Amino acid sequence: MAEISLQNVVKRYGKTEVVHGINLDIAHNEFVVLVGPSGCGKSTTLRMIAGLEDITDGSVSIGSEVVNDLPPRKRNISMVFQNYALYPHMSVRENLGFGLKIAKQSEAEITQRVNEAADILGLDELMDRTPAELSGGQRQRVAMGRAIVRHPEAFLFDEPLSNLDAKLRVQMRTEIKKLHQTVKTTVVYVTHDQVEAMTLADRIVVMKDGYIEQVGTPMQVFNHPVNTFVASFIGSPPMNLLPAVIRDGAVVFSDGNTLPVPARLKDLVSEGQKVIFGLRADDLTPVGHGITSGGESAQLTLDIVLSEPLGTETILYTTIAGNEAQGKMFGPRDVAPGESMTFDVALDKAHIFDAATGASVRVH
Amino acid sequence: MANKRPPFWQREKYTPYLLLLPAILTILFVVLLPLIFSLYTSFTGYRLIRPETLWQWVGLRNYQRIFNDGDFWVAFGRTILFLTIALNLEFLLGLGIALLINKITWGQRTLRTIMMFPMMFSPILVGYQFKFVFNDNIGILNNALQALGLSDGAIPWLVDEFLANFAIIFAEVWMSTSVFAILLLAGLFAMPRDPLEAAKVDGCNSWQVFRHITLPFLMPFVFIAMTIRSLDVARAYDIVDVMTGGGPAGRTELLWTLIARTGYDNARMGQANAMAYVSILLSIAFTYYFFTKLLAARKYMGGAE
Ligand SMILES: Nc1ncnc2c1ncn2[C@@H]1O[C@H](COP(=O)(O)OP(=O)(O)OP(=O)(O)O)[C@@H](O)[C@H]1O
Ligand SMILES: [Mg+2]
Repeated sequence: MAEISLQNVVKRYGKTEVVHGINLDIAHNEFVVLVGPSGCGKSTTLRMIAGLEDITDGSVSIGSEVVNDLPPRKRNISMVFQNYALYPHMSVRENLGFGLKIAKQSEAEITQRVNEAADILGLDELMDRTPAELSGGQRQRVAMGRAIVRHPEAFLFDEPLSNLDAKLRVQMRTEIKKLHQTVKTTVVYVTHDQVEAMTLADRIVVMKDGYIEQVGTPMQVFNHPVNTFVASFIGSPPMNLLPAVIRDGAVVFSDGNTLPVPARLKDLVSEGQKVIFGLRADDLTPVGHGITSGGESAQLTLDIVLSEPLGTETILYTTIAGNEAQGKMFGPRDVAPGESMTFDVALDKAHIFDAATGASVRVH
Repeated sequence: MANKRPPFWQREKYTPYLLLLPAILTILFVVLLPLIFSLYTSFTGYRLIRPETLWQWVGLRNYQRIFNDGDFWVAFGRTILFLTIALNLEFLLGLGIALLINKITWGQRTLRTIMMFPMMFSPILVGYQFKFVFNDNIGILNNALQALGLSDGAIPWLVDEFLANFAIIFAEVWMSTSVFAILLLAGLFAMPRDPLEAAKVDGCNSWQVFRHITLPFLMPFVFIAMTIRSLDVARAYDIVDVMTGGGPAGRTELLWTLIARTGYDNARMGQANAMAYVSILLSIAFTYYFFTKLLAARKYMGGAE
């Protein structure tokens, strides 16, 4: 149970630099999720915290101690791996107790802590099996059990759910959240699944190509993405990103459609600026089929290309100036392709990014 | 016409047997018949130089003699000792070599090839090679020791009971350590990285990782090597025969040098065959032992990732 701090952490493999000096402070008992596309350096960062990779430059500290030169065993952290990494020749009980045995805990202490972990994770029935005799979900639970018995300073998870099927993943996600509430420890959790990130995190760290793009609570990251990358990565379906130009205080698309610049962004854009207009599907709804927020809004008439009914809502595909845009229809009715519909655009929820830099014009 | 059955060799039921017939016949004539024949001769007083003795049935007399034959049991015991020492040495050395080669990042292929050289020589040649290394007059070992001033007399490497057995084991180990090294290296290459890292995070130092994770993973490979090598060593003959011929005065006699002497030099083939059948029990026992161990060790290696 400790805070973790990364200062200008750099990782190079030979000449290729894969993590470019990141800074991150993780508070005591905080659940932080590193999220980003494949290859962005999430695992590398996590493994540097664990001590499984050398830190090329900068420093990592756990508690108040700089741990750069400590081997993993001296860092008092637990890690849950994507492939579970159970010890194949040991029973579940031995797997759980292994770390404690190595730490020379008394037999009674080991039994007590192993049973406690088994209780929390519902492993009682499985204690005498070997990993080969377990299902994927059960193995994952054993891997988590092995992490919690040691009462570590921090848990590190590297995509622990990515090998499970969709249903089990949702179930285990809930269990991890509950686990965190029960054992109250600092957690660093890596995933490339933004839904996992949103549901689990106290704070999300969005990474791309070895840089941190944004750090914030799930709602901050969702509602105030700092750039087009974060905007498109967080949220499902991804935010519509539509190139436009600012003219006479309006957002003008190349097909002639125009929308007023949202009032709160008015002073942040300049005449003639090339921008990207960002709008989530939830904020582009056919008239009468939206969730009225009563905020600032405008209307657009668009042709439907395709509709995807999901039951409680229907995703509508349309185009604005040749770019695909998705809208949502709540309380849906049947929609025919080619049908022309009028949409409410919730301007108070819209975003404007500079087209050249991709950065949000709104400064926090 | 309609109901006439084809001749039996054309019936589907017999096709597999028909196709297997050449193999079955070969095995029958090359393996089974000689085996039965030798088993039969072990119940006769068969002497190579007097063919008519082939029909001289003596019942269990040859076997009874074995039980009272001190030389046989000394050779039997020495073979077991020889096997135990050689296998353990080869295991330890092979493990060490495999671990070292696994660590280096370049030249692995070349080293693996070089490592196989000793296996490429015929055991007879290995025997001659070491006979000249250990020879007390002209051997390079004694010459080297004397040149370095480490010894003034000629050390009787192949004469002294302890030294002669040591020399033979040395040759055996030199020739076959690579069997262990190569099999264990294959095991190390197949070893998943995750459990090793998990163990490090779980608090293990390098020795503990090796002891609790790497070694158990390698055990099936060790038992495979042990099975192969125990069969090999239990029938060791060529190296011993060339280096010492089982002598002097039977000090390095192993089971098969004794059997060959009884069968060919003394021409008592019936007696030799009886000894051979008793000796085979030893091989079977070792194979069975290592195989059981292998199966036990393999069980958990199944589907766990
Ligand atoms: N041992 C290595 N040698 C060289 N490059 C490496 C090594 N390990 C990782 N990389 C590179 O570092 C970058 C980051 O890898 P990392 O495993 O951290 O990605 P990730 O964000 O965890 O991706 P994923 O979601 O696919 O697991 C990648 O471009 C990868 O190719
Ligand atoms: Mg990864």
